[in-house]
Amino acid sequence: MTNAAWESLSNQAIGVAGIFYFLALMVHLGEWASLRAPKVAKESVASGGGGVAVATGGASREIDPDVLAARSQRVDFLGRLGVILTVIACGGHFVSLVGRGLAADPNRVPWGNMYEFTVSGSFFVVFMYLVLLRKYGLEWMAPIVTGFVVTVLMVAVVWLHSEVAPLTEALDSYWLVIHVVSAVIATGAFTLGGIASVMYLVKMRVGETTTGPMSRVPSLAVLDRTAYRVHAFAFPVWTFAVLITGPIWAHEAWSRYWNWDPKEVWAFITWVVYAAYLHARATAGWKGRNAAILAIVGLATLWFNFIGINYFSTSSQHSYAGLEAPTPAAVVQVDRVATPHVARAANGSNQLSR
Amino acid sequence: MTDLDSRPLADRGPERRPGELGARELARWTWRQLTSMRTALILLLVLALAAVPGSIIPQSGVDALEVSRWKDQHPSLTPIYERLSLFSVYDSAWFSAIYILLMISLVGCIIPRTFVYLRNIRAQPPAAPRNLLRLPDHASYTSPQEVDEVLAQARVVLRSRGYRLRDADPDGPGGPGADSLSAERGYLREVGNLIFHLSVIFVLVGFAIGSLLGYQGGVIILQGTTFANTSASYDDFDPGSLFGTEDFDPFLMTVDGFDVEWLTEGSAAGTARKFNARLTYQETVEAPEETYDLRVNHPLTIGNTGIFLIGHGYAPVLTVRDGEGNVAASGPTVFLPQDPTFLSFGVVKAPSAQPAQIGLDGLFYPTFALIDGDPVTVWPDALEPLVSMQVYTGNLGLDDGGAQSVYALDTERADQVLKADGTPFRLDLRLGETQTLPDGLGTVSFDGVEPWVRLQISQTPGKLIALGGVVLALIGLLGSLFIRPRRIWVRARQDGDVTKVEVAALDRSGGGDVGEVLASVVAELRGAKDAESTSQSGTRTHTQPPTEEKR
Repeated sequence: MTNAAWESLSNQAIGVAGIFYFLALMVHLGEWASLRAPKVAKESVASGGGGVAVATGGASREIDPDVLAARSQRVDFLGRLGVILTVIACGGHFVSLVGRGLAADPNRVPWGNMYEFTVSGSFFVVFMYLVLLRKYGLEWMAPIVTGFVVTVLMVAVVWLHSEVAPLTEALDSYWLVIHVVSAVIATGAFTLGGIASVMYLVKMRVGETTTGPMSRVPSLAVLDRTAYRVHAFAFPVWTFAVLITGPIWAHEAWSRYWNWDPKEVWAFITWVVYAAYLHARATAGWKGRNAAILAIVGLATLWFNFIGINYFSTSSQHSYAGLEAPTPAAVVQVDRVATPHVARAANGSNQLSR
Repeated sequence: MTDLDSRPLADRGPERRPGELGARELARWTWRQLTSMRTALILLLVLALAAVPGSIIPQSGVDALEVSRWKDQHPSLTPIYERLSLFSVYDSAWFSAIYILLMISLVGCIIPRTFVYLRNIRAQPPAAPRNLLRLPDHASYTSPQEVDEVLAQARVVLRSRGYRLRDADPDGPGGPGADSLSAERGYLREVGNLIFHLSVIFVLVGFAIGSLLGYQGGVIILQGTTFANTSASYDDFDPGSLFGTEDFDPFLMTVDGFDVEWLTEGSAAGTARKFNARLTYQETVEAPEETYDLRVNHPLTIGNTGIFLIGHGYAPVLTVRDGEGNVAASGPTVFLPQDPTFLSFGVVKAPSAQPAQIGLDGLFYPTFALIDGDPVTVWPDALEPLVSMQVYTGNLGLDDGGAQSVYALDTERADQVLKADGTPFRLDLRLGETQTLPDGLGTVSFDGVEPWVRLQISQTPGKLIALGGVVLALIGLLGSLFIRPRRIWVRARQDGDVTKVEVAALDRSGGGDVGEVLASVVAELRGAKDAESTSQSGTRTHTQPPTEEKR
């Protein structure tokens, strides 16, 4: 296949993925809508299974078990269908990433600019969701994850899309693969953990219910624990990405392992906030609300760093946003040339790696 | 009424109001506060907050040019910002104060914890609480086995799961410990914790060594010229405060050539790849010559020094002959790129020219074209090079002996050379052309274009300490996050002709789901029993119900 064919395959695949994510979102919303009616209260006692107690607005009444069974079956069916659609969409998403990498000459990993970062970032959100789905019982997260990914993909395709281009020289390193993969995996997991923390706060406000969409969301204790576990997984990965592979690569490419580049600063801020979260939860006993708020602050810094800093900072060597898009990026660094008595004649915006 | 002050003065001792602390108590109170977990947390969050301004306000250590630009634009804010050291946040006193406090807090936290841990490392699991069913996670069932058999089997099961067991019957036969079993696991979690915190200090030490004993330097080297590693050779040089000149690696290095490949098609046309500076170097003056292809992401290491290729540009070769026909200036002159098209600015000075000094400043176009009458460069490669310069004559300010930039022309006491009609004279030279200056000043010829490379040269001692520290921190972190300390107690009591067994579990990490562990332990205990007896009795399990947090 030619490069152009790979590129168009990538573009088509992302469209297909978008459609399937949207269908999955619809199905999951249908699943939740079915819960609007009274839902079977789950009995966790092993001996349970006989009569079913149902509460509606505080008043208990018995409902024909057949109706309930049919409804519960429908909810389960929709849930499964939604997951299958998500898997298909995730497959398309993956094909799109592969196509993107093969479209470049020479072939490369598909994260060289903002469009590709966003597409691969959202891919890993879904991927982590599917991987952790059973382990942590994340079924309740489905509509949020699919909704999130549909939105992000739309933003990527409409605003951030750019044509396949070769990597700038500084990005041409195997550290790119290690550094970015770990950073993106951590971003995906932190996002899932953050969703759990947001739902914790929502659930706290709504209170325990047996009906309506919120009844699908697990109890506060489970939410808190799920959030903690996902964060506990993501944090070491983030540490590896930001504080080990990042500095090693920075040292290879820019001669300094830590440069206080805005992206580095924000990655550090994110690290510190999540460290505080884990610390607070493990030792200070800040479970629940305070921990959830810290986690959400961490998520905000994470996504601000992922996208926002590219638009706010002019001096970041990490800004691949390509706002002045096809500027022929040159390899010149001149802003440091000047000793104090040297005029700073040159524009500093054209460093090697920008 | 009691008159307290009626006592003799000597009896009263130092005057002291309620709540007042002595110096020692104050110090102790401060230490306690500083090393408390709460303070550590707050300091962490403050550190995160304090790092923010440095990412928004340009930093002189990161982009000095941007800083001066910002200062020009905000003249009223600049003094305030300077006073707050907002242009070098990460070296500022207040930022250092935060992380030094954090370090003290950390040390004050881990030293006592280490001792506690060392004392407890061989400790036995605590005896079973009197009533196991009061613990949040517990289970009970009846077994036809004898009490001793149940406990012996529980020992086997728990030991195989890596639990440390409390010595059997510490209180002797029939004592309160005889009918129960205590087990604990996850002792290494605290080790992980301690390693993590210790290695943070390692990282900081490595970082400090790097910034005190290392240096960063930048230099532009023309193709064909040789660089000797002394501080005088650098265009900019930023040493750590403990770096001495004897710490330089005494190498020599020549740039033999510079290759670059320009992309001519695709969406990235006009960008360059495969930058390669061909170097010949000697580690010392006596050492044999070696060669190296210096490329992006492939630095050269000589001794302790790292050499990085970070930029390139053009140096037009201009020859200035004065009014008497003598060469007043010659050779390649470094022009600094202004934008990604490599439109470059530079200055040529000929102070020895007769009858008057000559100065040139202007632009270099790698591939010149006139588009709608505007001079532009259409391609960053030097395919159709042209220099376009203004000419000045008179006093160039070089005779005062003061330092002057080689990239700027002091035109304060010089006059711009004008054409006969009074408009400024402009020198436009294509490669190989020579032009005569007005008023018999002389001639200028454009003889060639040489590439230059910009190298970043630095010593970063302590980088391996910092790296080792981070790797150690990660290992410690994994331990402290994924080793789940928990305790399990089993108690068996004779109840008629059966044995009542109670099992309770306690999670000590705050993140574990101890209910599952309890269920699996109970299942194994009962499963082993069922092999001998088929007696079925329901297990009553109770795991911690979802509770609201305490507010």
